[in-house]
Amino acid sequence: MGSLTKNQYDEMVKKASPNSKIVKDCFFAFLIGGAICAVGQIILDIIKSYGFSKEFSSNFTSMAMIFLGSFLTAFTVYDKIAEYGKAGMLVPITGFANSIVSAAMEFKSEGYILGLGAKMFTVAGPVLVFGAISSVACGIVYYIFKMLF
Amino acid sequence: MTKKIGKQTVELKSRPAIIGAYASVGKKEGEGPLGKYFDTVYKDEFLHKKTWEEAESELLRQTVFGAAANADVRFADIDYIFAGDLINQCTTSSFAIKDFGIPFFGIFGACSTMAEGLSLASMMIDGGFAKKTVCTTSSHFCGAEKQFRFPLEYGSTRTPTSQWTVTGSGAAVLSENGEGPKITHITTGKIVDLGVSDANNMGAAMAPAAADTVFTHLSDTGREASFYDMIITGDLANTGSTLLCELLKKQNIDISKNHYDCGNMIFDTENQNVKSGGSGCGCCASVFCGYLYKLLLCKKIKNILLIATGALMNPTSSNQGRTIPSIAHAVAIEA
Amino acid sequence: MLYNIFKAFWVGGVICVIAQIIIDKTKLTPARIMVSYVVAGAILTLIGIYEPIVKYAGAGATVPIIGFGYSLCKGVIKAVNEKGLIGVMIGGITATAGGITAAILFGYLAALLSKPRLK
Repeated sequence: MGSLTKNQYDEMVKKASPNSKIVKDCFFAFLIGGAICAVGQIILDIIKSYGFSKEFSSNFTSMAMIFLGSFLTAFTVYDKIAEYGKAGMLVPITGFANSIVSAAMEFKSEGYILGLGAKMFTVAGPVLVFGAISSVACGIVYYIFKMLF
Repeated sequence: MTKKIGKQTVELKSRPAIIGAYASVGKKEGEGPLGKYFDTVYKDEFLHKKTWEEAESELLRQTVFGAAANADVRFADIDYIFAGDLINQCTTSSFAIKDFGIPFFGIFGACSTMAEGLSLASMMIDGGFAKKTVCTTSSHFCGAEKQFRFPLEYGSTRTPTSQWTVTGSGAAVLSENGEGPKITHITTGKIVDLGVSDANNMGAAMAPAAADTVFTHLSDTGREASFYDMIITGDLANTGSTLLCELLKKQNIDISKNHYDCGNMIFDTENQNVKSGGSGCGCCASVFCGYLYKLLLCKKIKNILLIATGALMNPTSSNQGRTIPSIAHAVAIEA
Repeated sequence: MLYNIFKAFWVGGVICVIAQIIIDKTKLTPARIMVSYVVAGAILTLIGIYEPIVKYAGAGATVPIIGFGYSLCKGVIKAVNEKGLIGVMIGGITATAGGITAAILFGYLAALLSKPRLK
């Protein structure tokens, strides 16, 4: 049948495919993402008010947020909230916890070593890989910078 | 003496009958607009099994039992079973029917599996190689998510063009004689690829394949689109259906009045949060075996053209950025 | 304290909105967004842009995944200052070890105790 080129069809697809509701998405991302950060700030301020060091407080806060993300994932509500919060649930560190915990839960059915153990990082792995590489790159740049000046 | 007419169509002179059909679905599908037509609705997505994969096998197994009971045939009288699904190497089907003792052809056609199965099963009968055959397929939302997208509990966002894999299964029993809707023509699709590579827009990838098959079927048989009471595509959903109608309009074929899509019918796309609509092998299978078959049985509709569409990709090809080759098989059924 | 929370709220919210706009406009997958944010966080910290934001917004800047890049870069700078060249290799992960270990531990525990469900 007809001679429709890929480009012509691509145009048709673009026209027929609905776009994301960007204003609504952004509104909820702002609200929910902001709220998660506010919770982090509350934890941080409370820990600080007990007189702990700055380093301890910030470490404790990120672990507490990771616990929170894991907790909500284990009780199978994280993805439910993420349906509305979208990037607001993805970008905070709770989203990182969610990606590890959800994969661990999902692949437990394939065993503890090759399932849970190996596939825990299917989603979060790239973050660790590129995080480690960028930290080394930053370290090298900083080291050279320090030697020169 | 060939039974082939035109380029891609065969006419089944013996008109094999679908003497029984059965559809099982999950909870969400049961809450959809067609909920009351499905024979079984499972409330528990695990079907009391440990894993998604086992659950899907159980779903398919129970559906075949249901279809055989519905058609009143014993397994010993079934000559061949055609089955396929979405999970790696079609293990769902293999595990589901391993204890049945029926000669088995495993087929893969992605979401087009139901029409592919119906085609092969009916051609087998028309060719005189079998008296009774069964074709079946299934899909499970959770298993498909695990294999094709993200872990179930991962808070990923769906794009508006993405589709929701149906948890469902359908099975049909075909016989050389007997009461039931008759399969008259089969148009086997060829692979069409117009360069869509977005796995979250499968409707758009499959629409050209469906359009090609509809066009070929109509020109091979010399029928008009209006001959059919319903032209039902498998799982193009909202985006794909729009594109299909546009593509056919360019060929001066108007199907906007009698076109339906299983992906749109099975869910309430407005309120069930499925984005573009349903998809998966089980989508077309459960809608056909659960709903359309019953309409045909009580002669509410006379002629239908069932076109199941399949996106022939896997996560590897998708990660490598390759396009999505698509296929559509058409089966003409008369009440 | 309320003012602190407000600052964290709006800065954190804006960081999420930027990600949302990128997702909606470019169809980048979530994994790519997370990776770009971490790398961006490390670079912004290195060139000294992110530290003032953290000073202003506190958790609003450290809780988003950019903060992970911030910790990595800060850790590596500290280690290079204290230990020299070897700090390049150990600084980043040392500073973020707590978070990573917590995620792995909680992931393991959650998988032991809970099962994914369809909603």
